[in-house]
Parts: sequence; structure tokens; C-alpha cells
Amino acid sequence: MPMLPRLKVPSDSSARQQPESTPAPNAGENKPGAAPRRRLRTSEGNVGDAVFRALVVLCAVALLSIVGLIVFELVTQSRLSMKHFGFSFLYRSIWDPVNEDFGALPFIYGTVVSSLIAVIIAVPLSLGTALFLTELCPRALRPILSLLVELLAAIPSVIYGLWGIFVMAPFLRRHIQPFLASSLGWTGLFTGPKYGYGMLASGIILAIMILPIISSITREVITAVPRQQREAALALGATRWETLRMAVLRNARAGILGAVILGLGRAFGETMAVTMVIGNRPEIAKSLFAPGYSLASVIANEFAEAVGNVYLSALMQCALVLFAITLIVNAAAGILVWSITRGTPSRAIA
Amino acid sequence: MPRINSHSVSLRRRATNWLALGSISLAALIVTVPLFLILGTVVYRGLPTLTWSFLTQLPKPVGETGGGMANAIVGSLEILGVASIIGVPFGVGTGIFLAEYGRNKWGNLVRFTADVLNGVPSIVIGMTAWALVVVTQGHFSLFAGSVALGIMMVPVISRTTEEVLLLVPQPIREAAWGLGIPHWRTTLSVIIPTASSGILTSVMLAFARIAGETAPLMFTAFGNEYWSLRLDQPTAALPLKIFQYAIMPYEQAHQYAWTGALVLITIIMVTIIVFRWIASKSTIQGAM
Repeated sequence: MPMLPRLKVPSDSSARQQPESTPAPNAGENKPGAAPRRRLRTSEGNVGDAVFRALVVLCAVALLSIVGLIVFELVTQSRLSMKHFGFSFLYRSIWDPVNEDFGALPFIYGTVVSSLIAVIIAVPLSLGTALFLTELCPRALRPILSLLVELLAAIPSVIYGLWGIFVMAPFLRRHIQPFLASSLGWTGLFTGPKYGYGMLASGIILAIMILPIISSITREVITAVPRQQREAALALGATRWETLRMAVLRNARAGILGAVILGLGRAFGETMAVTMVIGNRPEIAKSLFAPGYSLASVIANEFAEAVGNVYLSALMQCALVLFAITLIVNAAAGILVWSITRGTPSRAIA
Repeated sequence: MPRINSHSVSLRRRATNWLALGSISLAALIVTVPLFLILGTVVYRGLPTLTWSFLTQLPKPVGETGGGMANAIVGSLEILGVASIIGVPFGVGTGIFLAEYGRNKWGNLVRFTADVLNGVPSIVIGMTAWALVVVTQGHFSLFAGSVALGIMMVPVISRTTEEVLLLVPQPIREAAWGLGIPHWRTTLSVIIPTASSGILTSVMLAFARIAGETAPLMFTAFGNEYWSLRLDQPTAALPLKIFQYAIMPYEQAHQYAWTGALVLITIIMVTIIVFRWIASKSTIQGAM
């Protein structure tokens, strides 16, 4: 055991004396003669063990009850709104705090559409990054590149938003939107006044924000593909790309889909950056240049100032809808990722 | 189906190969661009007003020169500190539960719940903290903000702690049991010290993640223009201040938002670099 000498095993004296000096915990349960043999096998019946176990179980129960409390609070607080509007809350586009008439469709639309734009932009880029990092990257470059991607995940949402309004939105307005309008204006997706901010801008910001999570999970999934698959493809004379496509991507596709959905879940819940660039107008427009609104940003903007129980309750119901969407999406993604990586030791997703 | 003229096929395959590999490398290159653009802009626009008074003075009304974000910086650090006091014990405890007692369906339930909690949008956690703490107390408070952020730390810390504890070689446990040390003592005195650098990195990872959170603080810590270090009072926080200044229609406020962003990003980057450094010195290689 080369590791042992370095360990800080409880100071020698206490370890050695334990059998003699601490008979108390077991004294009541074991016959004196049987005690030493019992203790060699397991430490069952030790009071310290029972206390320690109870403590960590308490932590785990606390975790469970936090999630329980979140659901409980969201449901009870939005009950009033549910009673008033029922399911019509989900498909009506009215947001009228004065007359206390609420329907969340524009917010649901904004959340879903901006997140979908984000995924469309982010998927090819993060897939490429993951493939590059696992399969092509020179060994020396790998830690640097993965650190850079990790740092991208560490930038706070509010700073993305700040950069979004003052740098990206003007750039979009001046350079990208005129180009899109002239080349793809016929689709109807890129028409109307060019503000810079709006649905497209929030989609792009979200894309940058979910790149790291998609690429890190994709990396994990790709690494889980057995080496023999690649070797078999190479032995058949496949080129490097053909190996990647046939041996790696095809085997990892369920997990990659999971990574993408997990990224989508992240995009759904993003608040600050979206609030700062989406334009905050509760309308459903076909053009991606138009301002929109999202579930998270309506809460961020209006919750602190909301007066009236129905208004507060309607915002709580927005949170409940958001929670439900992310829960479904994350569960689906979790199952897909698990189906690929179950054979390999799992890593927490941070 | 197989063409005899293999030369042209091979040329096409080679071209596809290079094209695909080229696009993959290009994608990796493009991904790094926003990082440099954002960090570069924050430094370029934030640095000019990063003065001593910015770090030591209270905010002044827009229009007056001078002033700073001292209360927001200190407030943020205090919120994060209290959040860590709340979140770290629960996170590490849950991690120990998962690693030592969680190889069964209960463990799977807790693991699944931790992943669910990890995916809950931060603003929803903020609203829960509002309903639990602010409504009960009757007013916004630093404590409520810390509860929200502390909750966010738990799933990150618990899953990473579990992973690190599982990396401790089984023979070490067996050696401890062989000495007659009870399970709890083995965990506390042998396994946790062995995995301590890994646990520390998980804490820092969680810290870096919550340090920039704005949404959960909006209805909890709320913000404050003055000094307040009391747990039961509304408190200024750096991310909130950045947001507040960014959406004001004044050039000077925007300038301060950039400088605040520079301070915030420096705090986070320093944390990450320290955490990387600790991870590289990790007792268990490959723990992170």
C-alpha cells in the first residue's frame, strides 16, 4: 500500500487504543466475548455510525425537500391565477395588469423561439468543438482550449447582457440585419424595422451561453464510444472524417441529442441576458428582428413591482410553466445522456 | 455499387475528409472568439473608471461625478459568504450520503433530484426564496438572497463531492476498517482528507457559478443604495448594480456598469484560476 503512509489516519494513539478505550458504543448490544470479532467484520451498531448516517441522510432529505418546496410554493402561489384563467393561460395572448387579465402565450413563444434559434446556432459549433477537442486537437493545445470553453461558461449572464446591448445589438443593426434582410428577406423571418435587439439578438446571445454545456457533455459522450469502433472503421480504410461520422457520431447520437436538449433546457431558463436584449414586448411576430418577451424576463421585469394578488399569481404561474418545461426537457435529456454513458463512470454536470 | 474507378472516389473522399476536418477545426476556433470579444470589451470599457474611489465609495446619483460601488462589492461578498455557509454543509453532506450510502434506489432518487435542482432556472429558485423568506419576514433581505444562492450551490457540490469520494481507492477504506476504525470515523478522518482538494474544487466551482447570478437576487437581496451589512436588510449586490446601471439611459451609468462588470469578472476568474491550481495539485490525480 504505497498510499497509506501519506494518509492522515486518525492519530496513532486513538487508532490503536480504540478497541480497548471505546467499548461504550457496543457494550450494550454485544456480548463481551463476541465484541472483538464483530468489530473486525463491520462496525454495525456503532452509535457514531448511526449519528453520522442520520446527519448525511438529513442533508439528502433536505435536498429532496428543497425541490418539494419549490413545487409546493409555485403551485400554491399560482393557484389564484389557475382558478381565474385555467388552461387558457397557456394559449391566450393578453397581458393586461390593469384589468387583471393574463395569458402567457407571447412569453412561451418568446422563450421557445429564442431558445430554438440558440440551439440551431450552437449545435454545429459545439459539436465541432467537441469533436476537435476529443479527436483532432494536438495534445499541447487541449487543456488551453478546454479552459477557454470553460471560461465562456463562467461569464455571468448579466455581463453577456451588457455586451449584448452595447456591442452586439449595434453590430447586428448595422451589419448583419441589413444583409439578412436583403438576402433572406423573402422568407418573412428577416423583415421589419432593424432595432438590433429582439428575438434574433437574444437567440445569438443564448447560443454563446449554451455552447460550453453542449460541447462538454458531447465530449463526455464521444469519449464513451469504445476505441475499437474507431479502430474497426480505420482498419476498413475509412478516412478520418468517415471514422468520426460512422464510428463516433453514429454511436453517440442519442447522447449528443441529450446534450442538445440539455442545452435547450439551459436556454429556456436564462434570464438576465435575454431580458436585456430581447426587447421586452409581449407580441408574437413572425419576423425574428421584432422584439419579443420570455417567461423568465417577464418575471424579472415585473415581479418586484407587481401589485394585486392576481398579477402576482399570474407571474408565479409563468414560473410554474417555466419550471415544468425545463423539468420535462432536462429529464428527457438526462435519460438520453445516461443511455450512452451508463457504462462509464459518470461525471456531474456543472 | 462499388465503382472500379477508385481514384476519383478516393479524391472525393479525401476532399470531403479535409473539408469536414477543416470545418470542425474552424468551429472550435469560432467558439473561442466570443470569449475574447467579451473579455476584451469588458476590460477596454471598464478599465478607465476603475479607480480607488470606485472600489471604496458609495454610489452617487447619476449626474454627479465620482462615487463607486463599494457597498455592492462588499454586499456581494457577504451574500456569497452566507450562501456558502448554507450551501456547502448540505452539499458536502449529500455528497457523502451519495458516495457512502447511496448505492441503492434512494441514492438514485437523490441523484435524480439533484440533477432536477441543477436544471431549475435560477429565477424560479429566486421566487421560491421570495415566497419562503421574504414573504415570511415581510421585507427583502440579504439572508433571502443567500438562501436562494445557497440552494443553487447544493446540487453542484453534492454531485462533484460524490464523484471525488468515489475516486478514493477502496483499499484505503479497507485498511482503515482493518484498524478497527468505525465507518463514520473512516469517512471523516481518512476518506474526506484524501479527497479534500477535490471537495474544495467542487465548492469553488459552485462559488464561481453563483457569483454572477443576478436573477435570484432581484426579489430577495433586492439592492440598496447605502451601506447595509445586516442579514435582515436589503443589500446591494454587484450583479444587480450592473443590471440596474446597464438599463439606465445615461452614458455615465453605462460606464459604471462596465467597470462593475470588470470587477465581477475579475473576482470570478481569480476564483477559477485558484480552483484550477488547487485541482492540479490534487492528491487524487484526475479527480477533476
